Amino acid sequence: MNFIISYVKKYKFRAILAPLFKMLEAIFELLVPLVMAAIINKGIGNSDTHYILEMSGVLLFLAVVGLVFSITAQYFSAYVAVHSAAEIRRDLFEKILGLSQGTKDRIGEEVLTTRITNDINQIQNAINMVLRLFLRSPFIVAGATIMAFIVDVKSTLTFLIVVGLLSLIVYFIMKYTLPRYKAIAAKLEKVLHATSENLAGARVLRAFCQTDEEKAGFQEKTATLANMQIATGKISALLNPVTYVVVNIGIVGLIYVAMGRVDSGVLKQGDVVALVNYMGQILIELIKLANLIVLLMKAFPSADRVQEIMEMKSDERCQEKYGDGELIIGGSKPLGSLSLKHVSFSYNGSADMDLEDINLEIPAGSTLGIIGGTGSGKSTLLKLLNHTYEATSGVVELNGQDVRKIDDSTLAWDFGIVPQKAVLLSGTIRSNLTMKETEASDDEIISALNISQSLEFVSTKEGQIDATVVAKGANFSGGQRQRLTIARALVGRPKILILDDSASALDLGTEAKLKKALTQLSWKPTIIIVSQRASSVKGLDQILVLDDGKCVGLGTHEQLIESCETYQEIYYCQYPREEASGE
Amino acid sequence: MNNKSQSKILNRILMELRVYSFNIIISILCAMTTVYLTLRIPILTGRAVDCIVKAGEIDYDSLISVLKEMTVIVSLTFVSQWVMSRINNRITYNITKNLRDRAFGRLQNMKLAEIDSHPHGDYVSRIVSDADTFADGLLMGFTQLFTGVLTILGTIYFMVMISWKIALIVIIATPLSLLLAKFISSRTYSFFGKQAKLRGAETSYIEEIILNKNIVRNMNYEGHALDKFEEMNDELTDAAMKATFYSSIVNPSTRLINNLIYASVGVFGGLMAISGGITVGGLTSFLSYASTYGKPFNEISGVVTEFQNAIACAGRLFEMIDAEVEVNEGQESIDGARGAIEFKDVSFSYDKSKKLIEHLNLKVEPGQRVAIVGPTGAGKSTIINLLMRFYDIDGGQILIDGKNIKDIELDNLRSNFGMVLQETWLKNATVKENLKMASPNATDDEIVAAAKATHAHSFIKRMPYGYDTVISGDNGSLSQGQMQLLCITRVMLNIPPMLILDEATSSIDTRTEQKIQSAFNKMMKGRTTFVVAHRLSTIREADVILFVKDGQIVEQGNHSELLHKDGYYAKLYRSQIE
Repeated sequence: MNFIISYVKKYKFRAILAPLFKMLEAIFELLVPLVMAAIINKGIGNSDTHYILEMSGVLLFLAVVGLVFSITAQYFSAYVAVHSAAEIRRDLFEKILGLSQGTKDRIGEEVLTTRITNDINQIQNAINMVLRLFLRSPFIVAGATIMAFIVDVKSTLTFLIVVGLLSLIVYFIMKYTLPRYKAIAAKLEKVLHATSENLAGARVLRAFCQTDEEKAGFQEKTATLANMQIATGKISALLNPVTYVVVNIGIVGLIYVAMGRVDSGVLKQGDVVALVNYMGQILIELIKLANLIVLLMKAFPSADRVQEIMEMKSDERCQEKYGDGELIIGGSKPLGSLSLKHVSFSYNGSADMDLEDINLEIPAGSTLGIIGGTGSGKSTLLKLLNHTYEATSGVVELNGQDVRKIDDSTLAWDFGIVPQKAVLLSGTIRSNLTMKETEASDDEIISALNISQSLEFVSTKEGQIDATVVAKGANFSGGQRQRLTIARALVGRPKILILDDSASALDLGTEAKLKKALTQLSWKPTIIIVSQRASSVKGLDQILVLDDGKCVGLGTHEQLIESCETYQEIYYCQYPREEASGE
Repeated sequence: MNNKSQSKILNRILMELRVYSFNIIISILCAMTTVYLTLRIPILTGRAVDCIVKAGEIDYDSLISVLKEMTVIVSLTFVSQWVMSRINNRITYNITKNLRDRAFGRLQNMKLAEIDSHPHGDYVSRIVSDADTFADGLLMGFTQLFTGVLTILGTIYFMVMISWKIALIVIIATPLSLLLAKFISSRTYSFFGKQAKLRGAETSYIEEIILNKNIVRNMNYEGHALDKFEEMNDELTDAAMKATFYSSIVNPSTRLINNLIYASVGVFGGLMAISGGITVGGLTSFLSYASTYGKPFNEISGVVTEFQNAIACAGRLFEMIDAEVEVNEGQESIDGARGAIEFKDVSFSYDKSKKLIEHLNLKVEPGQRVAIVGPTGAGKSTIINLLMRFYDIDGGQILIDGKNIKDIELDNLRSNFGMVLQETWLKNATVKENLKMASPNATDDEIVAAAKATHAHSFIKRMPYGYDTVISGDNGSLSQGQMQLLCITRVMLNIPPMLILDEATSSIDTRTEQKIQSAFNKMMKGRTTFVVAHRLSTIREADVILFVKDGQIVEQGNHSELLHKDGYYAKLYRSQIE
């Protein structure tokens, strides 16, 4: 909640003016019953036509000035709400960009998107309504009571009783229903999840003949939901009738008390009418206030959810300093050596290490293969190299320099990474390839396409390197996407090229051509290839064999096939002995 | 939506509401009572005011009886209003539940072609939000419309009864505020359109960047992404400001008109009161009517859009509830099938304008292993879709043990296949519940034994609550490979006579795969098995290899036959062995 206030504060002036003008409008509204009382008392009472016409001028004036004030207030509150929300949205977007990979995975993409869209829209709406109404409604309630005091001191008591009673009623109904509305929303979310899970599992569920169970489970959820809604609705349905009763009984009491006071000449007929009107105004405003509170209660969780993300730890790479020293920015050396010294890593900081004591020297320009089963820590190791994750203990060094001491964008320049999942952004082939090196020349782009074996299919596309790429790159086949992501990593000539199981969608012929082209790159980058296929790493300078987060072998193919049991297992299950030997 | 389909949906809605007719009638009666009683109050207040003219001119007796009547009326209003709300709540929530259940129920046997070709998010939003919007819009809309119209008519009646001349002012002037509101909102409509468009564009951009955050990171693209976002955000802010502000002019403006009406009533009423045409109490009642008269108009004008929206939502739900279901006319059972499978002159295509499988003939003996090979996206899963009758063939026959699969009861057919797919799917339930899906009676020992065979036991054991750990969709606590192992265990617990393994081990590393091989072999032993795989070791041992390219089976035979044929398969094989 507080963080929203800090955004609104930036528009302090407008944020104060908005409710201020609303209050001015309210004052004019509160004056109307007084004018009417005057019309009745003096105008009608004294049969003074002239006075009535004069008063009608006053009413007209009040209406017009009220309009001007109210529009001014609407403008300021709209301005504050829209602009604060825009800034929250911007900052949240930046924050999300800076979240660590682990955090992002934990929260999930969908959730992040909802937070930055729906939740912030809710907040915007709430800011707007608060500025408009939150001061106005209590002001009118208090104002009406004060006006009643001015008209007739004695009737103030009735007003105080009514206002007190109404406040209590609103408070208790809200107190009862609000947490239940929250529970209902959570239950609805469950219904939503059940539906999408069911859709995703349509084949499996049918294969296992689970559809009846699914229906029963779903109906149970909707039944609980409906029961909760009905039970809560029962109480919230009380709000209108109860307040109505209280106010009108209040009016009855008011008239009853006024009766004697008119008889004794303290009050006039018009004053009674004014008092009745003030009571009516209180009713209208309290209902508005109750609705506003409901709206706010919907916005509170949104604010909490946004704040939760805002307060998350940023990526370790986003630090501005490491230890005492400033980060190294720019000026990367024309090298590409990496070394890992006793590197261990655990995702959740527990003693159960996901990677344990990895020691590795990768000389500049050399090639390294990483092989191992699922969950052996291959991808994790890669993420440690470019500081996507930070080693729990041990040091990762690039060109002899601790990666923690290097600025993250500087680091990004040195790495060309081809991820496992070949995804492109919507735009053009060019816009995808020049994500990092925005000024890359056509020659460089074409050369990258050539190396990645993509030139052929790109040249058949309309617009060639400016051909459109739709969202996720869906207008390209899996293999084409994969080759384009390789080209993307090559633009900018990174010192270190990492291919994370990136040839899985390629047929073997293309993979072979690609491999050959990569070894002939003019700038001789260090190349790291991760694969489950022994064939993909076989000819490389070094092969690291990982098993359950531990290094169980490091050496050339020839060395490993002699000495490393795990490597042998992998190799021979892909190349049964007779064929392996018959090559 | 055209009027015809709209009225069709409306008829359907009325049919659906029939069950609630008694409740609806009560609700309508309550609404009428409430309106009448509420409108009586200003009259009574007026009368009360007339009883207290000035000192010495107080009619105590009448006043007391008026106040008593007010108290009674107010209490009755309370009752009728509350009863109405409760009934309406009950109807709303029950309809919502009913529609949700039916739509969800339909999903369970809706044609898979529908589910595959339709964005899932859309179905979800129909079940979740459309059901809400429909019930809310329908009932709130109806209540508002009904009570609104009654209130307007009632108010006019009471006003005319007091003074038709002043009533005329109110009746004529009120539409002015409506016109003004309409005028402003039609002007702001384009701002809202622009806001929605920009908001949509920004959302897509956000989605794309968040989805590809790691690429953004690796490519050092954060700065560019933020720049582009800021640009879009500024544009959106501008549009949102206009839309928000201009639309917020409507209320003050209509309030102005209403205030002006109020002032005119005050003045004319005052003038008339001097000449004795109206009492002060009458004027008080009148003022009260005048100030509330505009409200139902505003509400009703919103109701039309709400109604249309509700009808549209209902239409979408009905469309889902009425969606075509799988044909399930067969009665026969193949329990304990031997597993002889024959494709006789089978033709099939997803898109009827594009031919896919044509005249496919394939004979699989019981216990044989069929490997389906081919490049990604070539349509290897099609054969599985046809076998399980996820899709029905367009021509020819598929026979299992000589029985046409169309004659076999669907659940029976499917329960005789054990299926492990590349896309692992586990439900949001405990590990144990997931494993027991196909064999609800499995004992804990059996489960553990199966999990040990698939080497899933060791990681399950390490989960926070072991076999009772709840698997939640995307929390990422399980790797793809682990999920696949669970899916294999699930089948392992109750192995049907025929198996379908669609890249069943694609996410499992070679070593683990090697380790579970014996379990796999035991599973496949004596069972007709269809395997989609890319690993040569799996393929080579198959009795029949089908090479699929562009949806067609281009080669068929065993390993040595196909090598001999020197076609696609031979080429693929050699390239991998190289």
